[in-house]
Amino acid sequence: MRRTIPLILTFCVGMYPIFAFFVPHRVVTNINQNLDTYLVIVAAFALPLGVVNLVMSNINKIKKKDKGWFYSVVLIAGLCLMAFYGIMGGDQGFHAHFQWMFENAVSPLQATMFSLLAFYVASAAYRAFRARNVEATVLLIAAIVVMLGRIPIGDMITGGRLTPISEWLMTKPNAAAQRGIIIGAALGAASMQIRVILGIEQTYLGSGKD
Amino acid sequence: MRTSCLVIISIVLVLAAGGAWSQGMSGFPATELRAVDTPSDGGGSIDLEWEGEGLQFVLIMRATSPGGEFETIGDAIASDGSYTDMRLDDQTDYYYRLAYPAGEDTLLGAVAGPAQSKTNWFRSYRKNALVLTALMFILVISYVTQARKGKRLFIRRISGLSAIDEAVGRATEMGRKILYIPGILSLSEIQTIASLSILQHVSKLTAVYGTDIEVPNKDPLVFSAARETVKQAYMEAGRPDQFKEEMVTYLTYDQFAYAASVTAKMVRERPATNFLIGSFFAESLILAETGQSIGAIQIAGTADIPQLPFFVTACDYTLLGEELYAASAYLSKEPVLLGSIKAQDVVKAIIMVTVGAGIVILAFGSNIVRDVLFTR
Repeated sequence: MRRTIPLILTFCVGMYPIFAFFVPHRVVTNINQNLDTYLVIVAAFALPLGVVNLVMSNINKIKKKDKGWFYSVVLIAGLCLMAFYGIMGGDQGFHAHFQWMFENAVSPLQATMFSLLAFYVASAAYRAFRARNVEATVLLIAAIVVMLGRIPIGDMITGGRLTPISEWLMTKPNAAAQRGIIIGAALGAASMQIRVILGIEQTYLGSGKD
Repeated sequence: MRTSCLVIISIVLVLAAGGAWSQGMSGFPATELRAVDTPSDGGGSIDLEWEGEGLQFVLIMRATSPGGEFETIGDAIASDGSYTDMRLDDQTDYYYRLAYPAGEDTLLGAVAGPAQSKTNWFRSYRKNALVLTALMFILVISYVTQARKGKRLFIRRISGLSAIDEAVGRATEMGRKILYIPGILSLSEIQTIASLSILQHVSKLTAVYGTDIEVPNKDPLVFSAARETVKQAYMEAGRPDQFKEEMVTYLTYDQFAYAASVTAKMVRERPATNFLIGSFFAESLILAETGQSIGAIQIAGTADIPQLPFFVTACDYTLLGEELYAASAYLSKEPVLLGSIKAQDVVKAIIMVTVGAGIVILAFGSNIVRDVLFTR
């Protein structure tokens, strides 16, 4: 019973969107939209579990004085402060202090992490484009052609001669390879979904066996 | 000669001016208005079509009786020839007419209607998708049935999945932990479910070898499911006592805060092995490059095309698209699961043959295959 009910639920909830994909009737589409809403509600119930885990694990870290315990103090303080002003703001909007902290702490930190990506791209590109063998050399040449064909300075250096080659590389060999992966992945996803819906795949329930 | 040229030029100019006058002033730019229910929709809309030329704007007017007051509901370019009126009541008569503002006057076209919107039970333009879905279901069930009867099915070696044992073994030898990152999307994403299947296998191995594993999560639903998965794996491996709650942790719902926290863990705790399996976005390279910089063996897997080059560059093994979904069948070696992979390969072969035939037929000038496959 512990397994049967979740499997029946999975079958019904999994089959319904497929049914709704083909049936446009309002009754069907309304229920389908409600299913999306239920997902948000379920996620909202799961969120406190996550927050409790986060707080407990960081308090334990502080108690044990684990490596980097001071960051846990900052995390707990930030969580309490943001939660306090978030609740104080009510459902009418943000509290001024909440807004200030979001704009002056959260937002710049997010932007900083995102900006770091440029450096990671540079180091990854350096490793990927080393001409170690024939394939890597072909990749290097293709990358140079595509990059020069897509930036103004490339046009200036080559007089625009690389632009059509760059376009061809992107729209023909690159697009063909991408579509191959997309078709394979889509079929893989469909096959996995059918396995889940039919109860063949049960690992998401905590076990692969009954 | 000069006189003849002047006469010809004059005639051409007069004709051109006359043409412009007739097009701009006397001609109503849109005629033969038709109003019909929008086919294969959920109701509440009517399609309008007309024959039109030129780039003039026409006003679209609607009333509930032919002699009633027509109100303007929108506008369209005459040559577009179509407009869809939305948010209507079903089973109600609607009448339409087009209007064209010509100078100070407004020219009115003929009234079309009555037309009623109605809700439909089938999206007829998705017949091809229905056939393919039904075929997929039939093939999966058929191959699974064959597998249950004992038919042996072959699946090719996937190096990324074969390397899992080696990666866990390395962490055991080095006495360091394994970091398993199940992507950043929720359980509604099929890649996350595929990732949990692999997590189960990895957790069983860590339970057997006595290696430490940590699964940091971004999504609270995935956190709950991952904890159950790891707990169950330790039970199945016969080591429930080794399972610790802190093996599966929740970090944050914010994408970059999650990336910051996980990379900090990598740098501070220096795991021997990183698994990055699931759905990723911009944080993929941040995670993979940091893992690479600490010298961890990294196995990645995703079906997100933009992230694949990053993983291929920064990780030792990458599961590309469909390999991720085949993982549970490959790792468990259960014939029933392998049956569904076989069905997937058959559909892929059908698609390859159809695409090949479509290219050849299109080269001969026929769009038949393209039209059959087109859907929306």
